[in-house]
Amino acid sequence: MGSAVSGSATGLQSSRERPVALLYGALAAGLIIVLLWSVASGRYQVPFGTVLSIILSHLVAVKTTWTTTEAVVVETVRLPRVLTAAIAGAGLSLCGAVLQAIFRNPLVGPQTIGASSGAALGGVTVIFLVGFGPLVQIGAFGGAALALVAVLALHRSDNLSPTLTLVLAGVVVSAFCSALVGLVTYLADPETTLQVIVFWLLGSFAPSTWLHCGLVAICTTVAAGVLIGMRWRVNVLSLGDDEARTLGVNPGRDRLILLAAACLAISSQVAVSGTIGWVGLIIPSLARMVVGADNRQLLPVSTFLGAIFLVAADTLARSLTPAEIPVGIITALIGTPIFALLLRRTTKSGAA
Amino acid sequence: MIRIENAGHSYGSQHWLFRELSVTLPSARIAAILGPNGCGKTTLLRAISRTLTLKEGIIDIDGHVGFVPQALTADQSYSAVDMVLMGRSRYLGRFSSPGRKDRERAYESLEEVDLLALAEQRYDRLSGGQRQLVLLARALASDCKVLVLDEPASALDMANQGVVLRLLLRLASSVGLTVLFTTHHPDHAIAVADTTLLMQRDGTHISGSTGEVLTESNLARMYGVPVRRVDVDADEETASAIVPLHGLRSKKAPDQPPAP
Repeated sequence: MGSAVSGSATGLQSSRERPVALLYGALAAGLIIVLLWSVASGRYQVPFGTVLSIILSHLVAVKTTWTTTEAVVVETVRLPRVLTAAIAGAGLSLCGAVLQAIFRNPLVGPQTIGASSGAALGGVTVIFLVGFGPLVQIGAFGGAALALVAVLALHRSDNLSPTLTLVLAGVVVSAFCSALVGLVTYLADPETTLQVIVFWLLGSFAPSTWLHCGLVAICTTVAAGVLIGMRWRVNVLSLGDDEARTLGVNPGRDRLILLAAACLAISSQVAVSGTIGWVGLIIPSLARMVVGADNRQLLPVSTFLGAIFLVAADTLARSLTPAEIPVGIITALIGTPIFALLLRRTTKSGAA
Repeated sequence: MIRIENAGHSYGSQHWLFRELSVTLPSARIAAILGPNGCGKTTLLRAISRTLTLKEGIIDIDGHVGFVPQALTADQSYSAVDMVLMGRSRYLGRFSSPGRKDRERAYESLEEVDLLALAEQRYDRLSGGQRQLVLLARALASDCKVLVLDEPASALDMANQGVVLRLLLRLASSVGLTVLFTTHHPDHAIAVADTTLLMQRDGTHISGSTGEVLTESNLARMYGVPVRRVDVDADEETASAIVPLHGLRSKKAPDQPPAP
């Protein structure tokens, strides 16, 4: 019987690869369409074709058919902003997927685990002390790392209901960080740093320049290389520490590397655009419904979906009303009901 | 071969779970560990599979241990073959994923436990017995020399108990694995184990050939319940059962209810 079944099993294997290739094709196409739509839309409408021509003109010779204003809008206003949003969304969603797997908890995300608010605190402190600049990234990274350490320390002291205590530890650390952010904001000079801090904290891609885009691109690419590169280790860690150890994997060291990479991506997103919640929490959960729990598929799919989602949310944020809505409000409006549904499903299935 | 010398462990400042435990389990043979709840069976298994460090003693094993945990919980929505592939992780670098060779080994292991037809099924949708076999296949896929199983048959129905026990016999005799398992069924030890380690609640232990160790008197002393061994000589095979005498269906006249 062995050989007969073996034939059909390898058949299954190859038939499973075709839909996967199709899925990635669809995701890439979706991302490109959303990016172009986002660059084209806004108060100053640029036709879809013109956007395409302006971008292509950097790669191949294209006859100039657009006005200088259109070129400026596309190249220095919209493109850096849209790409920053895409990379930030990709990073948040990827980090969320990894965090959910290694903490074996679908309610975990960059925000619920305190990393985002830790990064905000670090960033605000740097702005308060030395003003806005590249140092904000370093402060945000340090803050995110400290917040994660605090959450893990709190979580370890209680293992009654690990799924919920981790989220509660995140809430506690977030609240503490928010209080400190409030304190720094209160102490800030209303003439100078206060405005910068408040504007930054609101969370927006509006001030994005190519510098922002470059910073988040470099940090997120490095982090994504580590996180997606370790996708199989993420699978092993998702079985729990004892299991990982019996399978010959050192869970402590691997988790440390993954968390450091996640902190890098999350903090770079916070540094360029302030705290943006919910993306890293709901997008991985939605992706899991599509491709299942295997992180070899889940991590890249989450990355794509996160980019698409945040670009779409940012586009809505700046085109729904004449005045721009902070993008964090859009993601929260979409994210909270989905989170409520996930919470219900999780507690119902007894995972909490 | 598994050589345990002067092993002892306690949690925190509690009394010793077991101490001065020494036993050598020969290669390509099956050994069983029996003992009442809380005597430290699982602790010893965790020490053998290197997820716990003992307070005292040495455990010497040639090669790595393939550990098969109890398949009680199933919050994993990986496919059965992906679950088995996890067994290949020790051979994979931090940044690599299983390749064609690993996949072939995984399918081979599933074939060894006769579960190839369910390779693409989700692990959490399998029955308890099938999950147990998938975890066994995962240990086999790691190319271990020593197979350690935590109560492999306790959650299974009678037919599946037979499937697992037969598999253990075959893995020891034809693959040459050293097999060690814990159980609450003395019958299972009698059926397949060459060596038995009997751990007692007072921290002492008895070890030796299964026939010598699992006597009526030893079992009665260990569990605190009188037992009888029943040997069955059927047409094609022999079998033994240990029957506890709990005093449930006493031949003495039942106690009269007290008069109102």
